[in-house]
Amino acid sequence: MLLRIEGLHKHYGGVHALDDVSLSVDTGTVIGLVGDNGAGKSTLMKCVTGAEKPDHGSIVFDGQPIGLTPFDSRQAGIEMIYQDLDLCLRQDVTANIFLGREDLVHLWGMQTPFMNHKAMNESGRALIQTLNADIDVSKEAGSLSGGQRQAVAIARALLHHPKLLVMDEPTAALGVREITKVLNLIRSLKDQGITVILISHRLSDIFEVADRIVMMRHGKIVDDNAVSETSLTKVTQRLMM
Amino acid sequence: MRTYLGLMFVGLLLLCAVCSFLSDVFLTWPNFLNILTASATIGLLAIGASFIIGSGGLDLSVGSLMALSSVVAIQFSTHSPFPFLQTLCLCLVVAAVAGGVNGFLIGRKIPAFIATLGMLSLARGLALIFSNGRPVYGLPDSILFLGQGRVIGIPVPVFIFLGIILFCHVLLRHTKFGRYSLMIGDNVNAARNAGIRIQRHLIWLYAFSGMLAAVAGLLFMGRVNAADPNAGMMYELTAITATIIGGTSLSGGKASVIGAVLGALIMSVLQNGLTLVNVPSYYQQVAVGIVLIVAVAFGQWRGGHAATN
Ligand SMILES: Nc1ncnc2c1ncn2[C@@H]1O[C@H](COP(=O)(O)OP(=O)(O)O)[C@@H](O)[C@H]1O
Ligand SMILES: [Mg+2]
Repeated sequence: MLLRIEGLHKHYGGVHALDDVSLSVDTGTVIGLVGDNGAGKSTLMKCVTGAEKPDHGSIVFDGQPIGLTPFDSRQAGIEMIYQDLDLCLRQDVTANIFLGREDLVHLWGMQTPFMNHKAMNESGRALIQTLNADIDVSKEAGSLSGGQRQAVAIARALLHHPKLLVMDEPTAALGVREITKVLNLIRSLKDQGITVILISHRLSDIFEVADRIVMMRHGKIVDDNAVSETSLTKVTQRLMM
Repeated sequence: MRTYLGLMFVGLLLLCAVCSFLSDVFLTWPNFLNILTASATIGLLAIGASFIIGSGGLDLSVGSLMALSSVVAIQFSTHSPFPFLQTLCLCLVVAAVAGGVNGFLIGRKIPAFIATLGMLSLARGLALIFSNGRPVYGLPDSILFLGQGRVIGIPVPVFIFLGIILFCHVLLRHTKFGRYSLMIGDNVNAARNAGIRIQRHLIWLYAFSGMLAAVAGLLFMGRVNAADPNAGMMYELTAITATIIGGTSLSGGKASVIGAVLGALIMSVLQNGLTLVNVPSYYQQVAVGIVLIVAVAFGQWRGGHAATN
């Protein structure tokens, strides 16, 4: 068991965004998280990464209670690609990939306070290449296309081999070819033993890569099935209810 | 950015050409040193402002912090066995604590404009209280040396200025501190979600801005021979103007130490030139105000242009 969420509650003013949510995720699985707009999918995952603080409930990750800040969750091996990608548009691609994880220059075995631009540019470039993206890492993130920005956000998340990768609507802004790339990437992450939670409106994507489908509605989990035990039509019907 | 800095440099030269045409004194070695010394004070504040504005913030309190830190430092180190060390440390600590308070408040969602405006008034008031409203005399010789001394014919403030320019340039471009400041200004949510501790960073950032103000205060009191509770009045405005002329964008995410320094030089040459052609200081304030507004307008236009390209 990699992640265990129990009894999570979250209010925004009068909105009950999460209403007693419990969810367990096994290591190495791909979970598809679905539900209508406003169901609470993003909020649930933000509680896991520390981007939001739940009012109530517990989250255990990899056997440890999770800290409550993004810093703690990244340390623990959780990465999330947020729906808006969280890029600093006026900084270059390398700076964005390494944000919060900058390489420092070492001299005679000692760490200096100076960033190692050369090393970061090289590994940033290499990482972008493994994602089959064609991006000049010295360009400002704001000058990139949607698909390229997505690749930069993915590169940041994969930089330090996370244990859990959460992707919030990663294909929403992409074309068909780029969607295929993302789905292939998720498959290869699964092969490497990385656990993935994929939030998506595109049920077809989820059926292609997920092992399990979890459905939320009004802040509650209303359905939780293995992909092999359900079908696209069934899930679509449940969503329409 | 490079081309912009080049443009600024050309602008500075043009301004110098105009000034030397209008005044015989302008293009003399002593006046040149005068300008450099004056630009050291404004330049230190402008460098601080480039970090702060680059982070999407604003620090209006630096002029007051100059006064507060120097008044407190002199009041409490008159009979010290190590007057220089004690003055220096007190100066830096007072300004760093006051700046840290700014950063703390801003981290708790108080707008930077309000937090530092409050500190502007609070610190100025404290400076007046600690000095009974009068300049404090009796500076240690070592502080006078900082403000007035010369080494190989060049004023000491110029050396200090150069050292701090280099330090801050490296800090901005080559350390996490500088990079996180810009990242916060660029997209604070992204920075937070990437694990940067925003509240902690803001405390250090505003403390840093305060410490630069403290050094500016040291140079200033050394030059005028007294810790003046009215020192640095309106300097924040000149410094912010210099920073914005220097290409630091008000919307955050971009900053340049070299640009801030060039901006400070331009402001100093402007003030020096206006003084030499006998424009009264009241009019100089008008000029600073106009330059600030024009610089911001130009920055917006430039930003808009960059975005549409
Ligand atoms: N920062 C916020 N402030 C106020 N309400 C919010 C905020 N974030 C989400 N909500 C509300 O919480 C509910 C769940 O939102 P969200 O988790 O974004 O849903 P989903 O990702 O499933 O579309 C919605 O009603 C939404 O309006
Ligand atoms: Mg969402």
